[in-house]
Amino acid sequence: MLDKSETETTIKGRVGTSLPHESAHLHVSGEARYIDDIPEPIGTLHAAIGMSERAHARIKSIDLDPVRSAPGVVDVVVAGDIPGANDIGGPVGDDPIFADGLVQYVGQSVFAVAATSVEHARRAVLLAVIEYQDLEPVLDIDTALEKKSFVLPTMTMARGNAKQAIQDAPHRLRGQLRLGGQDQFYLEGQIAFALPKEDGDMLVHSSSQHPGEVQVVVAHALGKTAKDVVVECRRMGGGFGGKETQPALFASIAALLASRTGRAVKIRPDRDTDMVMTGKRHGYRVDYDVGFDKEGQIKGIEFMFASRCGMSADLSGPVNDRTMFHADNAYFLENVAITSHRCKTNTVSNTAFRGFGGPQGMMAIEWVMDEIARSLEVDPLDVRIRNFYGIGERDMTPYRMKVEDNRLMDIIPELEKTSDYRKRRREIDEFNTSSELLKKGLALTPVKFGISFTATHYNQAGALILIYSDGTVQLNHGGTEMGQGLFTKVAQVVAEELQIDIGRIRCTASDTARVPNASATAASSGSDLNGMAAQAAARTLKERLTQFAAGHYKVTPEQIEFRNDHVHVGDQRVPFGELTQLAWLGRVSLSATGFYKTPKIHYDRSTLTGRPFYYFTYGAAVSEVLIDVLTGEYKVTRVDILHDVGKSLNPAIDMGQIEGGFIQGMGWLTTEELWWNDKGELQTHAPSTYKIPVASDMPTEFNVNMLVSGRNNEPTIHRSKAVGEPPLMLALSVFYALKDAVASVGQHRLSPHISAPATPEEMLMAIDDLNRRLAAENGRAREGAA
Amino acid sequence: MTATKQSGSDASSVPIRFILDGEVRTILDVDPNTTVLNYLRETLRRTGTKEGCAEGDCGACTVVLGEIDHDRGDRIRFRAINSCIQFVPTLDGKELFTVESLRAPDGALHPTQQAMVDCHASQCGFCTPGFVMSLFAMYKSEPTPSKQRINDVLAGNLCRCTGYRPIIEAAETMYEDTSGNGNREGSGGWTHSPYSVSETGETGETHEPSAGEREMIERLRSIQRAGTLAVTGPNLTGGRHAYYAPTDLATFAALVESNPGATILAGGTDIGLWVTKHHMDLDTIIYLGDVEELKVLEVTDTHIEIGAAVTITDAYELIGEHFPDMGEMYRRFASPPIRNAATIGGNVANSSPIGDSMPGLIALGASLVLRKGANTRELPLDDFYIAYQKNALETGEFVERVRIPLEPSDRRFRTYKITKRFDQDISAVCGAYSFRLEEGRVRDVRICYGGMAATPKRASECEQALEGNEWNESTLAAGMEALDRDYAPIKDMRASVEYRSMVTRNLLRKLFLETSDWQGETRVLEHGEHGSLKNAG
Repeated sequence: MLDKSETETTIKGRVGTSLPHESAHLHVSGEARYIDDIPEPIGTLHAAIGMSERAHARIKSIDLDPVRSAPGVVDVVVAGDIPGANDIGGPVGDDPIFADGLVQYVGQSVFAVAATSVEHARRAVLLAVIEYQDLEPVLDIDTALEKKSFVLPTMTMARGNAKQAIQDAPHRLRGQLRLGGQDQFYLEGQIAFALPKEDGDMLVHSSSQHPGEVQVVVAHALGKTAKDVVVECRRMGGGFGGKETQPALFASIAALLASRTGRAVKIRPDRDTDMVMTGKRHGYRVDYDVGFDKEGQIKGIEFMFASRCGMSADLSGPVNDRTMFHADNAYFLENVAITSHRCKTNTVSNTAFRGFGGPQGMMAIEWVMDEIARSLEVDPLDVRIRNFYGIGERDMTPYRMKVEDNRLMDIIPELEKTSDYRKRRREIDEFNTSSELLKKGLALTPVKFGISFTATHYNQAGALILIYSDGTVQLNHGGTEMGQGLFTKVAQVVAEELQIDIGRIRCTASDTARVPNASATAASSGSDLNGMAAQAAARTLKERLTQFAAGHYKVTPEQIEFRNDHVHVGDQRVPFGELTQLAWLGRVSLSATGFYKTPKIHYDRSTLTGRPFYYFTYGAAVSEVLIDVLTGEYKVTRVDILHDVGKSLNPAIDMGQIEGGFIQGMGWLTTEELWWNDKGELQTHAPSTYKIPVASDMPTEFNVNMLVSGRNNEPTIHRSKAVGEPPLMLALSVFYALKDAVASVGQHRLSPHISAPATPEEMLMAIDDLNRRLAAENGRAREGAA
Repeated sequence: MTATKQSGSDASSVPIRFILDGEVRTILDVDPNTTVLNYLRETLRRTGTKEGCAEGDCGACTVVLGEIDHDRGDRIRFRAINSCIQFVPTLDGKELFTVESLRAPDGALHPTQQAMVDCHASQCGFCTPGFVMSLFAMYKSEPTPSKQRINDVLAGNLCRCTGYRPIIEAAETMYEDTSGNGNREGSGGWTHSPYSVSETGETGETHEPSAGEREMIERLRSIQRAGTLAVTGPNLTGGRHAYYAPTDLATFAALVESNPGATILAGGTDIGLWVTKHHMDLDTIIYLGDVEELKVLEVTDTHIEIGAAVTITDAYELIGEHFPDMGEMYRRFASPPIRNAATIGGNVANSSPIGDSMPGLIALGASLVLRKGANTRELPLDDFYIAYQKNALETGEFVERVRIPLEPSDRRFRTYKITKRFDQDISAVCGAYSFRLEEGRVRDVRICYGGMAATPKRASECEQALEGNEWNESTLAAGMEALDRDYAPIKDMRASVEYRSMVTRNLLRKLFLETSDWQGETRVLEHGEHGSLKNAG
């Protein structure tokens, strides 16, 4: 029979093609099933959490009788009712499921209710009568520093003699900047759905980037072991780090109530509860002291980072470590000393968010670059260029990892050219001279981001591939799908490896019963780790099929080739499904696991030196803004991006990560303001008050390109590079363009004082401050002349 | 039907009727406080429509309503709304489209959906059904939207993954005929989809009604009501909630008068939140959206008359024709799904200190026609607000219409809305200014700010400083200084005291620059564009 596909040269969905997201057709039709969409068994209960109303207090008494007697309520649970550990799995055991006598932030979980409907549960928790004895809260970084209130010990990283180098340098600047936090604002809120099974086992559907951790936390809470709990997650409606550790709380509560009542229990906090209860990006204060030469090259620098960790450690250790690892960004810092304080405050415990501390470290050094340029009255781009890591020289990071593949040397000149940076700089200067109320600003900032979990043991992954006798495949791995396209990319890897059309492959839900002990899908590592693990599993199966085919067709294994959805045996062409059927009849095992661990990485946690990262990924962005000096309002008018994704597994998906990451980063630095009142109550806990970017905030002109020559020096999966987090930091260029526009008010002679997020208010205050300083300076000048 | 309070048992015998997937659905005995979203997800188990915020701010819950538009020659009108804050009984007499309604019977994706797939416009997919529905409403109503218009249409849909570029691309390309058979929706046969197969293959209102549309009109006609819809349904605590939707003003007025504790519901874009966020019980709801007399929107020789049931979407173009800045303010007022439900009457009657209609309306000298039973009175809007969220309405009285005077014709008018984000954000400060210049002197000046006091409040000190004086720097300086005496703003999550005060003064400067001989650009949003608002009037 003539197979018309004979003329086709490739399979559908191979690596490097812009395949749509594997669920795209389900997303657009509303058929993609999220946890709240799973049909509920009869008798399903709905849970709600009773929260602390105080930032720091002892619970004197708690009366839950009105809650118990509220309509629809079936069960109420407090700390004392937990059969196992009252702990959601933080590194130092400081994060309880339910506060036990002491509350440490407004919104902390105190008790939970299961009721017959969502509304019954939510109304019931409001009826609790809790008497508090208030303790003095620590609400901000400055107070925490003063009181030495820390969740973890202070860390330092140093090389050379920073103090001496600063003193010896011809120029010196000292200053401070402040960076706000950021809510992840995944569109699907936290949710967990627990279904009791026989013999005390529990199935939990959890919207989680780390089902394996949820499994362990739930097991411990129930007083059980990992084997007794299965956690599943087909997809999340967004994660961004906010579903790395946070889901464990909700899953534990659902499982506890399900275990007690013997009924399915779902917990879905509403948006406000979610934003009040769950951790966010850390806000920071950064103090710096820098010495530099007349060209703007840094001779020595000291940083003091202090982050607002909230009431517990959670992931604050590695988050703050990553800040230290990224305080160099793209620049060689010969003499450097970095101190990092992890401040304990009576606010929600901050956690992972895309970038994971990296963005704050990079904001710090980019701020310093900008300040140096202002003080020397030169273009900040020139100062940046003078400080870049070199190739073969000036290439050692403060933590002693060599920068081996500095792509910025390709990226920066190209972007400078394609964005017309120099010409636009002149045009903007002209515009600003003639325009009184509207001013423009321009900035180019680079990104160098380290790829790997800094917790080395996290850099491992497993996969499980099942081939059915009809030639179709189920693919499972430890990674989770949160929209980033991981399932699509890994399926492409498997399709490529087996040379089968991607339509044969079904991606199945992340499931602790299929791949054990999987790491969180985080640190941009999803495709790197799971792609390699899946490839290994596919290779095992391919090898078995090859061996079988060689025997069956009586040829050598070298004469077997998997190509174009077929298996070629010499000049015979066997459809893949025919071979699998034969292999099954021939009693060949058609399932295999694959495993991968990242090579080369190691580092000493006490000194923070070594090779924490397998490789770096690079990019750069040029942003232009237009601001209104009367109101502080602004618009991002043009952005040019050039980003390195290595050899892309799926250019459309990578483009989505670059664009989406950039806009999300822009939100962090512009309109997204977290605002607590003086009682420690978060007042921006819904989209009505917390403003993430909308469609019209997209830059008027948005030119995004991937580095054509991209190829990972390391043998990663098809030489691709991680893309999840790095693009977020391209948005630093927006902040520095805004700063540049404000600086133009004073003809770039004075440097604006501006914190992130640069809301219109922050902008106008910076403009006003600049005008006052200019007036004072002019006043002094006049006095001098008189 | 008589306008007396009705007993629950009588009322519940009347079903709510609406159309879904081309079929008439009847609902008996539903709690009138139930949102459309919860009804879809929990009762019908149609889970394609998502909850992202339950306050009408994220758009994940967007659905589309189809209604007969008598003013446009009995065509179907499609509007996106937020199902999370819309109550079920308001569906009565309408067709509801959810994301599940869109696939063709043969399973083919709707062009809107296909374009989203082709452009890689979904990542996590959770916001996607809402975007699809906003785009679907646009697809059905507007054949060639501009880039600006697409941004406006999408202003009520948040996406955290994509950064919007591919979604905007989908909005631009979904009109393209990729099937090659000359009709974009036609190939799959969307039987319940009225505009689908036009003889000319066009969408929008430019062509004759298709067979599908004619069918839909007939179906909708079959469920139109002449009298009052009166239903009750069980609440959470064993009692019942009541809901009335009269169709004539006399009945409405009588119901309001005889039910003093009732909640008067217009668009529900705030009242919905009383239920979803504050878990309140609305025991009796009286809906004004079906009252014919309250849908009046007309321009007389002297006024623009806006009935209390007129949505912001319907009113804002007309208002914008006369007062361009008011139009621009309403363009940025919340989002399309909100404006498609919310009314100017409701915005005014709600009496929030940060409602965006009021500063402009007060500066323009608008008045309210208030009705109690058969009696009406007219009250200047600036006399309407008494204290924080308190107004001059008597028990049993309601806002019947808003009246904006068109005179004097030589007045200059500006309004500025200051927010963290341009689109769909609540004002930190909203300023509005109306005055005439008579031989260079300021006359009939009216200035009002929102967000600066417990109510929208006139800047009387500032007005005094300006009135009768030459419109120059020194008058401006006096006016700016006077503003500090007019207001003592508070700090909150939207702005500090300092910013509110400073920007309030600076906006007066902006007004001055825009209305004097000063030449230069003043607005970030219109930079480089032609026909900018600052030069209007």
